[in-house]
Amino acid sequence: MSAYLSIRNLTVRLKNGPVILRSVSLEVAAGQVHGLVGESGAGKSMIGKTLLGTLPRAMEITAGEIWLDGTELLSQSPADRRRRIGATAALIPQDPLTALNPSKRIGPQITRRLVDILGWTAADADARARELLDEVQIPQISRVMRSYPHELSGGMRQRILIASAFAAEPKLIIADEPTTALDVTVQKQILRLIRNMQHRHGTALLFVTHDLGVVSKICDTLSVLYAGKVVEEARMQRFFMRPIHPYSQALLAATPSYLDPEGSLMPVPANVIDAVEEEVRFHDIRAGTR
Amino acid sequence: MMYEIRDLRLSFPDLAHKPLLGAAPRVEVLKGISFDLPKGTVLGIVGGSGSGKSTLGRAMLRLLKPDAGSIRFDGTDITHMDEDALRGMRRRFQMIFQDPMSSLNPRRRVGGLIAGPMRLHRMDNVDARVKEALDMVGLPQSFAARYPHELSGGQRQRVGIARAIALRPDFILADEIVSGLDVSSQAQVLNFLGELVRDLGLTLAFISHDLSVIRRLCTRVLVLHQGEIVEEADTAQLFDAPRADYTRELLSAIPLPDPHQRWV
Amino acid sequence: MRDARAEVKRPIGLRLWLSGGWIALLALAAIFAPLIAPHDPLAQDLFLGRMPPFWMDGAEPGYWLGTDSLGRDVLSRIIHGAQIAMIVALVAGTITCVIGASLGLMAGYYRGWADRVISRLVDIWMAFPPVLFAILLIAVLGPGLMSIIIAIIVIDWTRFARVIRAEALTQGAMDYVASAQVAGRTRFSTMLAEILPNVLPTVVALLTLEMGIAVIVEAILSFVNLSISTDSPTWGGMIAEGRTSVHQAWWVLVFPLVALFLTVLSFSQLGEGLKDRFDPVLR
Repeated sequence: MSAYLSIRNLTVRLKNGPVILRSVSLEVAAGQVHGLVGESGAGKSMIGKTLLGTLPRAMEITAGEIWLDGTELLSQSPADRRRRIGATAALIPQDPLTALNPSKRIGPQITRRLVDILGWTAADADARARELLDEVQIPQISRVMRSYPHELSGGMRQRILIASAFAAEPKLIIADEPTTALDVTVQKQILRLIRNMQHRHGTALLFVTHDLGVVSKICDTLSVLYAGKVVEEARMQRFFMRPIHPYSQALLAATPSYLDPEGSLMPVPANVIDAVEEEVRFHDIRAGTR
Repeated sequence: MMYEIRDLRLSFPDLAHKPLLGAAPRVEVLKGISFDLPKGTVLGIVGGSGSGKSTLGRAMLRLLKPDAGSIRFDGTDITHMDEDALRGMRRRFQMIFQDPMSSLNPRRRVGGLIAGPMRLHRMDNVDARVKEALDMVGLPQSFAARYPHELSGGQRQRVGIARAIALRPDFILADEIVSGLDVSSQAQVLNFLGELVRDLGLTLAFISHDLSVIRRLCTRVLVLHQGEIVEEADTAQLFDAPRADYTRELLSAIPLPDPHQRWV
Repeated sequence: MRDARAEVKRPIGLRLWLSGGWIALLALAAIFAPLIAPHDPLAQDLFLGRMPPFWMDGAEPGYWLGTDSLGRDVLSRIIHGAQIAMIVALVAGTITCVIGASLGLMAGYYRGWADRVISRLVDIWMAFPPVLFAILLIAVLGPGLMSIIIAIIVIDWTRFARVIRAEALTQGAMDYVASAQVAGRTRFSTMLAEILPNVLPTVVALLTLEMGIAVIVEAILSFVNLSISTDSPTWGGMIAEGRTSVHQAWWVLVFPLVALFLTVLSFSQLGEGLKDRFDPVLR
C-alpha cells in the first residue's frame, strides 16, 4: 500500500512568531481516509491550508516536504504547486453557507471549475454535474441547479459541495470539519455519503475534525494533534481499543457518549496537559525553534 | 412549580417571503407547547436546528413575547407582563448564553461584567459577591481585571456562569453553553455546572442538540421537533426506551466514539 | 490551549504620530497665530508683490513662503487661515457627529417607528445635491463663519446617522444586549452603557473624517466666495486668489493647497489610527 499523500517533518511558523506546526509527518494511502484530530488551536486546519496553498500570509513554511503521488511540492514554484494541487486535489469546506457564492445559481458554481480550469465543454460539464448531483441523492436536479444557495437547506448545500469536490475526479480530497455546522441527523447522512463517494471513487481523503465520535465512523487511520505536534498516529481500530499516548486517552475519555454517562465526558487531567506541554517544549528545544 | 407553560405559540415574520406590498407572512416557531417544570429539576431541552428550542428558552425568560398561551413563573403569570414590571423579577430567572464572545460586552472587564447586574438590582457587598462567584466557577480572583478576549473559550463560559449565579436566581436557562467548547473544557464546565445546581438548589433548563451531554446532566428531557414536543420523559426512560420516532432517529444518529457502533 | 494570536504584538502606529503631529502643529499655529505669524496677514505692500519663496532668486528675507500680488505674506496668511480651518473642523465636526450619531444610534437600537422616521428622513435628505444645498443655505443665511458651520451640519449629519445606525443594528443583535435585558437593565441605559462604547471607535473614525471634510467644504465655499468676508485669510480664499496668478506666482496657490491637503489627509489617517489603536479587540 503506497502513500498517495505524504507529509514529512512539516514545520510552519508565524513570521517572527510562535511555531504553528511542529515537524508534522503523516501519510494518506490511496483510497483511504485519514483523520486529523485535535482541539481548537492544535493546528489541524493549518495542515489542510498548507496543502492547498491557502496559508495566511503571516505564516511561513520553514521546513518539510510534501509528496503528492510521487512528486515533491514544496520545492516547486508556488504557481506550479498551485496548478498541480488544483488538478489533483479538492476541498469540502466547513461552512456550506459561505462556501457557495450567494449571488450565483448552483449549476454554474459546479460546472465553472470544470470548464475554466480543466477545459471541458459546457455540455460535458453540465452532464457531469447532473450525474454527480444524482450520486449525492439530490432530488429535482434541474430545479436545484437553477436555485440560489439561500433557497436550499444546510444539508443540501453540503451535498452540493461534496458533489462539487468530486466533480473533477480528484485523487485527494481534504474535508475540513464538513459536518460541524449540521444537525446530528443530517451529519449522519452526510458522513455516510462522503464515505460512500470516497469508496466508490477510490479517493484519498484527509478528514479534519475535533470529534472522535465522527472519526470512528469514517476514518481508516488517524493522527492526534496537540499544539501543532502529532502526539499519536494509529490505525482506527487500534486507537479506540488501546490509545497509547496519555493525551489521546484523556481526549477519548472526554468525548461524550450517551451509552456511558459515567465513563465519558471526563475532564482532561491537569497532569496530562502538563506532560504534553513538556513534550512540546522538549521538541522545540531539540529542533532549535525555541 | 417553577414554570407552568400552557399552549405556548410564537411566530416570526418571514422576511424572505415578504410580498412587495403588505405584511410579511408569519412562520410559526412554537406550535402550542405545554409542560410543567417542578422546582429543583434539571430539564434538558433537545432538538435539531429549527426545532424552536432556543425560541422556547427565550420566551420563558420573556426576551420574546408569545402570540398566545401562558407562562407562569413560580405562580405569577408573566405572559403579558410589560418590561417595567418584569424588571423587578428578572433577578430570579437568569440565562447563560451559547456564545460567551457575543454575550460578554467586549469592553468590560470580568469583574464589571459580574458586578453590573448585581448593582442594577441594588444587591449589597457586590465586591465580595464577585469574589465568591469567581470562586464558585473555579476562576482565580485576578481574572476580575481581565477582558473577555484575554480568556480561553472555557474560561469565558465560566464567566457567563458566574454572572448568572452571582444574582442568586431561582432558575437558570443554559442555551447550548458547551457546544462551542473543546471536549476537554466541555467536560469541566458540565461537571461544575452539575455541582452548582446541586449545591445552590437551582432549577435549570439546559438547551442542547447533544443527547450525550443531556444524559450526563439532566433528570428530565423534553424533545422538540419543528415547534412541537414529541417526547417528554425522565432521562433514564428516554434513553432506555425512547417512544417517539424522532427521538430514536436522534439517538441513532449520534456518532459514539466506538468503531463497533453499526452506522455507516 | 495555546493562543498564538495573543503573542503577536501590533507595531506602534507611525501614521498616528505623523498625522497627530501635523494636526497638533496646526492647532498650535491657530491658537498662537498673532504671536507666530511673522507679518500682519492683511498688510499690503505693493512694492513687495509676488516675492518668491526663500530658496528662489529674488526672495525677500523674512517672507519665507513669498508674497501674493498685493504683497501679503503667504506664510502668515496660511497660519491665520489655520484658525478658520480649525474652528470649522472642531465645531462643525463635533456638532455634526453628536446629532448624526445620536439619531443613528436611536434608529439602530430602538428600530420600529423610530428607525422608520429617522431612516426616511435620511433618505429624503440625501436626495438633495449637497454642494447646491450648501450654496443655497448660505445664500439664505448670509455669508459668515456661523453659516458655514450650520451648512456643514445640515448637509453631513446623514453620514453619521447612516453608518452608526448600521453599526448599532449589528451590535443590537449581539447576545450581550439580551444579557443586559436578562440582568434587568432598561432599554435606554442599555443603549448608553452597552451599545455606545462598542460603536465609539466607529464614531471616532467618522468624526475625524468629518473634520477633514469640514475643512474641505469651508475651502470650497471660500473658493466660490461664499465664506467669511474676503478680509480674513482662509485657505480656500487664498487658493481662489492664487489661481488667477498661477503662471507668475505659483506659490500663492500651491502652499495653501499643500496645507489643505496635509490637513485633510491627517484627519482621516488620525481617525484610522485611533480606531486601530483603541479597538484592540476582536472584530
